[in-house]
Amino acid sequence: MEIDPFIFRLSIFILSIFIGYYVVWSVTPSLHTPLMSVTNAISSVIIVGAIIAALAGTSESIFNTSSIFGFVAIILAAINIFGGFLVTQRMLQMYKKKKDKKK
Amino acid sequence: MISANLAAVFYLVSGILFILALRGLSSPDTSRQGNYFGIAGMIIAIVVTFLSIGNFSTSLVYVIVFLVIGGAIGAFIAFKIPMTAMPELVAGFHSLVGLAAVFVAIAAFLNPYAFNLGNVGDIKLASLIEMSIGAAVGAITFSGSIIAFLKLRGIMSGAPITFSGQHILNLILGIGIFVLIFYLCKIQSANIFWTVIAISFLVGVLLIIPIGGADMPVVISMLNSYSGWAAAGIGFTLENTALIITGALVGSSGAILSYIMCKAMNRSFVSVILGGFGADNSADEKKQKSDQKPVKSGNAEDAAFLMKNASSVIIVPGYGMAVAQAQHALREMVDKLKKNDIKVTYAIHPVAGRMPGHMNVLLAEANVPYDEVFELEDINNDFANSDVAFVIGANDVTNPVAKTDPKSPIFGMPVLDVEKCKSVLFVKRSLSPGYAGIDNELFYKDNTLMLFADAKKMTEDIVKNLD
Repeated sequence: MEIDPFIFRLSIFILSIFIGYYVVWSVTPSLHTPLMSVTNAISSVIIVGAIIAALAGTSESIFNTSSIFGFVAIILAAINIFGGFLVTQRMLQMYKKKKDKKK
Repeated sequence: MISANLAAVFYLVSGILFILALRGLSSPDTSRQGNYFGIAGMIIAIVVTFLSIGNFSTSLVYVIVFLVIGGAIGAFIAFKIPMTAMPELVAGFHSLVGLAAVFVAIAAFLNPYAFNLGNVGDIKLASLIEMSIGAAVGAITFSGSIIAFLKLRGIMSGAPITFSGQHILNLILGIGIFVLIFYLCKIQSANIFWTVIAISFLVGVLLIIPIGGADMPVVISMLNSYSGWAAAGIGFTLENTALIITGALVGSSGAILSYIMCKAMNRSFVSVILGGFGADNSADEKKQKSDQKPVKSGNAEDAAFLMKNASSVIIVPGYGMAVAQAQHALREMVDKLKKNDIKVTYAIHPVAGRMPGHMNVLLAEANVPYDEVFELEDINNDFANSDVAFVIGANDVTNPVAKTDPKSPIFGMPVLDVEKCKSVLFVKRSLSPGYAGIDNELFYKDNTLMLFADAKKMTEDIVKNLD
């Protein structure tokens, strides 16, 4: 009997929760704000779904109801991706050690 | 055009890069590299999606145009946003993830063929369940984050909004969503799908309005978690490994942060959700005690004198410092003290800001080196051996009542042992209580000197007096 591919995805999901659990506990508390902004950015990988939806339009009708939702979702996710990574970068740039700043 | 199997391998790679992005945050040294891993993972995921669809018609041009528009808006926000506004920004971003999840689910429902999920009216059962859950959680994330955003921005009062039967209503709506999803699977009616989304939007609003301003750090973390679960739900629908991994990572990350925040306030997660705690500052004035106990107050000169003669000073910053924009003046003060060979460190309570780690970012922005900044458990023993504690903009997190009075609403909350210092300088505008609405015993201790002034002005005055 074949195993349903769903079970494989569920396995990946549950193992990832465990990875997430251990990785996030090892994040230093002083970086919790960048952690939130970067998780925000990476969860916007949902843009993958938006792109599939947007590209599903035919050449006659690029914009049908389904693809319009896709296009709007692309904008939303793109704001998050660029905004999330850049603001994280901006924050991380500010974290400096003592010796760095002494001229 | 690349095969589905190859695409799946690349999605796995991008998932792993996301794990490394979070791993990098274990230390500020590796964090920047981590962020690049995250960016690389995102680029791989997007490019692979283009290649696997292999549709290079006009649609693609539009996709890129929309991508650039969104990216430009995002980049603009990222560069403009002040660090004090990070909590609102993150709440706003969560709402976008939520809404994007809802839209992708809708697109998949309307055109399941494009996603390889069957045909309209005959969507695969598992996919239908997954997309409804993704859409429902996404909708809750969206409307909940909007409310959180409005509360943090001050557009909506931070005071909890409660009415009788609220929790029962939420419960009924929650059950309603599940019943509707069940029927949706049976008859595949679009109307039921819309109703599920509409109810979920409502639930998101109802979930967040009863939660008070003081609990906002928990709310933001919780919505962070929801946005992850929404992404995971969509990941199952799209059978996309990158999305499933990311959703699980973000979901557990948010859950852990909520847990840390709850613990820092000694609140149970359930009581935060049920809400009603932490009215806004509006109640401050009238709660002032009529029988004023004696308080020692001083001025900038006294404070400067005390600190100049100290050998070690611990700074205890709170959100009030950020509101007054005093962090740069504070930094100047610390530089002067260090020139006099005084050891200066910073003590940060986990809920010192409006979101996890917020105070650390604010200090980093003021060029405070991160190795002078310590967390509660790392520095709490040092207070007893230090000469001066300089409390600026913090209040409840220093209240000794949390250790002594079992009747106090904050009893059991871990607090900074500020009172153990030889002397305490407490910068505050008045004697009003903080978020928890209780009096701070620290004000009336013999070794406390109150400095009644705006945090920024007082710090600047102290700087002048240090010369």
